[in-house]
Amino acid sequence: MAVAVRIPTVLRPLAGGAPVVDAAGGTLAEVLADLDRRFPGLGERLRGEDGNLHPFVNVFVGDEDARYLDGLATPVADGVEVSIIPAVAGG
Amino acid sequence: MSADGIGAGTVPDMELPSQIREAMVAHAAFCHPNEACGLLAADGAGQLRMAYCLTNADASPTRYTLDPTEHFRAMRHAESMGWDLAGVFHSHTHSAPYPSLTDVGLAAEPEWLYVVVGSGDLRSPEVRGYWIRDGVIHEEPLVPAD
Repeated sequence: MAVAVRIPTVLRPLAGGAPVVDAAGGTLAEVLADLDRRFPGLGERLRGEDGNLHPFVNVFVGDEDARYLDGLATPVADGVEVSIIPAVAGG
Repeated sequence: MSADGIGAGTVPDMELPSQIREAMVAHAAFCHPNEACGLLAADGAGQLRMAYCLTNADASPTRYTLDPTEHFRAMRHAESMGWDLAGVFHSHTHSAPYPSLTDVGLAAEPEWLYVVVGSGDLRSPEVRGYWIRDGVIHEEPLVPAD
C-alpha cells in the first residue's frame, strides 16, 4: 500500500525538508516503520518509549484521528493520506 | 517590521484585522476563567484571514492544548480556502499578554505568529503578537486594520 504522509514543519528536517513523503504499509504501524527506515530518527519522534504514539503527536488517517480508530493497528488503505500533526500547547 | 529589526526592510508590520481581533477577544471572554485558544490562517500574501476559535482540551486557567480534531479541521478548511495556518492564539487570564516559559518551551513553529490575549481585565483586553524562535521571543507589532 502506498500512502502520502504529511510531515509537519518541525519534523521536516528529519524528512529531507519535504512537506509530503510517500510511505508503504497496510497499517499505521507499518507506515510509520517504513518512514523510520527511510528517514532514521523520525520514528522515535512519533512514538513514545512504550511504542505507542507520543502524547504530543496526533496522527490522522484520512480525516480521522488514529487514536479514535485502532491506534497503530489502524488499517491504511492505498492512496489515503496520513497527516502527522504535533500538539499545539502552552500555558 | 518589528521594533527589534526582525525582517527589517523586507517584511511590513503585521496587520490585525478588527474582526479577527474581536473574534479572539470574544473567545477569550467566552472561555474565561479558563484559557482560550485557537489558530490563525493567512493568505498567500501573509495577510491574516481567519481566527479559528478552538476548544482548549486542557480546560485550564493556566494551560492550553488545541483540540486535535478541531486543529485538523481548521487546517483542512484553511487549505480549502487557499490559506495556510500562520499562527496560534491563546489567552492569559491572570498574567500579562507575554509568552510564558511554558509557551516558549512548547513553541515548535518558528514561522507562526504567537498571539496572546490578556483577558485579566475583559473591559480592556490587550492583544499582542510574538515570534518565538529557538527559545527567543521577538514582539511583532500588530497594526489595527479594517
